[in-house]
Amino acid sequence: MLDVVWLTARLATVTTVVLLVLGAPLAWWLSRRGSWLKEAVAALAAMPIVLPPTVLGFYLLLALGPSSPLMAPLHVFGVRTLAFTFTGLVIGSVIYSLPFAVQPLRAAFEAIGDRPLEAAATLRASPLDAALSVELPLARRGFLTAAILVFAHTVGEFGVVLMIGGAIPGQTEVMSIKIYEFVEASDYAGAHWLAGGMLIFAFVVVFVTLLVGRGLDPFRR
Amino acid sequence: MSDDGRGTIAATLRGRLGGFGLDVALLAPASGVTALVGPSGCGKTTLLRCLCGLTRLAGRVSFRDEVWQEEGRFVAPHRRPVGYVFQEASLFPHLSVRGNLEYGLRRAPPATMVSFAQAVDLLGLAALLDRAPGTLSGGERQRVALARTLLAQPALLLLDEPVSALDAEGRAEVLDRLDGVIRSLDVPVIYVTHDVAEARRFASRIVAMRAGRIVGEAALAAAPSQEEARASVAAMPRDEVERLAAAALVAGLSRPPE
Repeated sequence: MLDVVWLTARLATVTTVVLLVLGAPLAWWLSRRGSWLKEAVAALAAMPIVLPPTVLGFYLLLALGPSSPLMAPLHVFGVRTLAFTFTGLVIGSVIYSLPFAVQPLRAAFEAIGDRPLEAAATLRASPLDAALSVELPLARRGFLTAAILVFAHTVGEFGVVLMIGGAIPGQTEVMSIKIYEFVEASDYAGAHWLAGGMLIFAFVVVFVTLLVGRGLDPFRR
Repeated sequence: MSDDGRGTIAATLRGRLGGFGLDVALLAPASGVTALVGPSGCGKTTLLRCLCGLTRLAGRVSFRDEVWQEEGRFVAPHRRPVGYVFQEASLFPHLSVRGNLEYGLRRAPPATMVSFAQAVDLLGLAALLDRAPGTLSGGERQRVALARTLLAQPALLLLDEPVSALDAEGRAEVLDRLDGVIRSLDVPVIYVTHDVAEARRFASRIVAMRAGRIVGEAALAAAPSQEEARASVAAMPRDEVERLAAAALVAGLSRPPE
């Protein structure tokens, strides 16, 4: 059972890191005033919230499968498909949890506004310098919220990981799927261990998120 | 305008911003304090923001022999040697007072105008260095902002109504410190204000604006005697006299007693 927990934690951690790195520039760009095109991109990035996970999983399965044109360049390197692999799971999780990174980060960047950046510019900080020395630290609460939400959301996903991962033990079998399998096999004790653990985990996550949201930063000194 | 050999600040700008059109040709000496006065919403702040590159309108901006903006050329704000003090102090809330001061200093060319100790002394910040911006009064915050800007070693200092968001006490405190700064540092200043008394306190030259245009300019020299004043007015062309009179009216100067 521990390998399932370990795999789930690894998937959630990798997804969180990837999403913070990719989501921050996207959220920053979305937070600047702009055209309707920007809102169209924002809508695209928010779509996983309203789409059934199976829809996402289905198209990801096609996109990462051996006959997908997206995979053609990888054939050269001997990779025929990313479906039913850990990498495939990470790609699926990143897309599925994208809104949970972008929304809090965008809100954080919007709350900072233009003025601190203007002040930094008149103090001779280049735009990149100002982003790193002023915006990043000022948006740290947004980053914390995004990290918590993405991690928890990835741990909790079921439909996407089932479609794209196929529940291969040790490779793509995560906790939410394992619980389903325990129940199918009438192993309620096993299901209780995982399900009960996730209940507690979910409470802690939501509680910490609320504390962060109210400015009571639990990770401070 | 007489050139005292230290060059000029010149800006010809034109464009629409919000509800009004801005159409100005500013020419000021790159020395002393030039006050930019006029009612709120007349475009003073926009003009100031154009000088440091935070706002971009069509036109040309130059400082001494450097061209900061012209057709096909726009020097980014962080590459212009200007310092800008905003109406609200705009300190970085995640840094201490010391951190805020060092932010400017660290990115400045090797100190030529003012050292850390000198800036702290000029603005009376010694006791505040380890405080967080959020715990300071309005006047204290604005003093920190001023020191932070000076430590970036600007060749041109732009002050955008630096005391108008403060209460009377904070205003007096900041203006006194500002007096010391202007007396002891040799940096040209453009001082935007809607308060003429403030302008008269510091300025060697007043430029009056109204509705996006410059409507008058006057040098504030040591007051001439009445005979001297009459003689110099008599020697002026009529339109010059009218322009000065308009500037005096805008600046709130009334008719001298006979």
